[in-house]
Amino acid sequence: MIDGPSAEHLLREHAPRVLGALVRRHGQFDACEDAVQEALLAAATQWPAEGVPDDPRAWLLTVASRRLTDRWRSESARREREAATALAEAAPGAVPDRDDTLALLFLCCHPALTPSSQVALTLRAVGGLTTAQVARAFLVPEVTMGQRISRAKQKIKAAGARFDLPPPGERAGRLGAVLHVLYLIFNEGYTASGGAGLQRAELTGEAIRLARALHALLPGDGEVAGLLALMLLTDARRDARSGPGGALVPLAEQDRSAWDRAAIAEGAALITDALTWSPPGPYQLQAAIAAVHAEAPRAEDTDWPQVLALYRLLARIAPNPMVTLNAAVAVAMVEGPRAGLDHLGPLDGDARMSGHHRLAAVRAHLLELAGETDAARTSYREAARRTTSLPEQRYLEARASRLSEGTP
Amino acid sequence: MKYMLLIYNRPGFVEELTEAERGELFGEVDAIMKELTESGELIGGQALADPSTTRTVRQRDGLPAVTDGPFLESKEVFAGYIAVDCESLERATEIAARWPDVRFGGAMEVRAIMHDSGAEM
Repeated sequence: MIDGPSAEHLLREHAPRVLGALVRRHGQFDACEDAVQEALLAAATQWPAEGVPDDPRAWLLTVASRRLTDRWRSESARREREAATALAEAAPGAVPDRDDTLALLFLCCHPALTPSSQVALTLRAVGGLTTAQVARAFLVPEVTMGQRISRAKQKIKAAGARFDLPPPGERAGRLGAVLHVLYLIFNEGYTASGGAGLQRAELTGEAIRLARALHALLPGDGEVAGLLALMLLTDARRDARSGPGGALVPLAEQDRSAWDRAAIAEGAALITDALTWSPPGPYQLQAAIAAVHAEAPRAEDTDWPQVLALYRLLARIAPNPMVTLNAAVAVAMVEGPRAGLDHLGPLDGDARMSGHHRLAAVRAHLLELAGETDAARTSYREAARRTTSLPEQRYLEARASRLSEGTP
Repeated sequence: MKYMLLIYNRPGFVEELTEAERGELFGEVDAIMKELTESGELIGGQALADPSTTRTVRQRDGLPAVTDGPFLESKEVFAGYIAVDCESLERATEIAARWPDVRFGGAMEVRAIMHDSGAEM
């Protein structure tokens, strides 16, 4: 649709700034966001034919302002007067340098919205993606995604949210929601398999781009640095994490020569630095764990005691059943599979985890390590029945069959 | 999370309703569909024709054989579906519980739709 990646890149870079400038001038986030979307679509068709304008941001702002005023004109005479002022102010060159990306991120990740609405709105309003692109990435019809975004904007309006940075008392919590949304976008792309998943895989790059922008805006926040590092260190494994036909390859069996060394170096440097000046937070600790894995030349060289120490710290500052589950693998590698299985015990009584396919999958793996083949096979089969992911199901069924053949 | 809500009901139950009950039933369906459309949760949905118009294909003597009528005569038949993309299984269940067929002796099955994303194991 767009002439080369550079034009598309340009559009996405400018989208939040143009939207920010427009909202600062006119208020009405809802209408401004629609106008910017229309300007992006206009640019996507005009720039390839007519060339990228000298000042792309001013071009986008002018077109978006015009769309906004067109709409107001058609609405009422009262609006018309405001429109005339708006048009006059929107002359090229009038673009402020102020970066409103942060305020936009806070607005799009407003607590009145469900996570899936936060994700959709962030990708469109901050990421500069079209509704069609967001819809394709989440495998829903375009009309469904359009409705979701417009409902999200209505809710933000109804909640009386302001286009501004939240007050200091709310800031940490609101930033947490922004980081969560960026991580959701990242995972949506990272877990997508090849082939049909290519569109979705681009979400990974988009999440990293937004995390980079956030890190540039808040260089003194350790969790922002931690999230960016975690994304880079995880994404470094992308080419190794699946085999032919999208088959999942577990961490221990990945071809480590296929890991992206540059991404690992950048992520490791980021997290190493952040931990020297920031109190450790959950993203930083997960990044540190990813860095320990990334630095092992072979799976058997992994510094498991270090991984376990990091999981123990993580369990202390941010206890949740997923952390317990992942820590069990580290416990098994340091203290033996029996100790790992014991670590899983409490999860059976946890409503969030009992019956979860990942609990059955980890138990199966530890039972296999403990040499309890029959029980391992039963657990693999249980995990395969419970997952809603086709590649995971294929992987788990293959593990179960391998045990049946008596070749563990 | 994407879910398929499968609608099961007793064939012909709509014919037994009064005009007012029928109006109420279709009104409720319209209202739920409108709500799901506006919230951006609806992916799609279809109603199936009467089971008497079914054609069943099975293998017989190594070849596909076609018979008229449903594979099984049963009290409840699969009558249609709606597909939704919503936050949780609880939300999908809540939508299913409001579907009027449930009140008229039918049943809704909530089944997760398989996806192609896979986490590293």
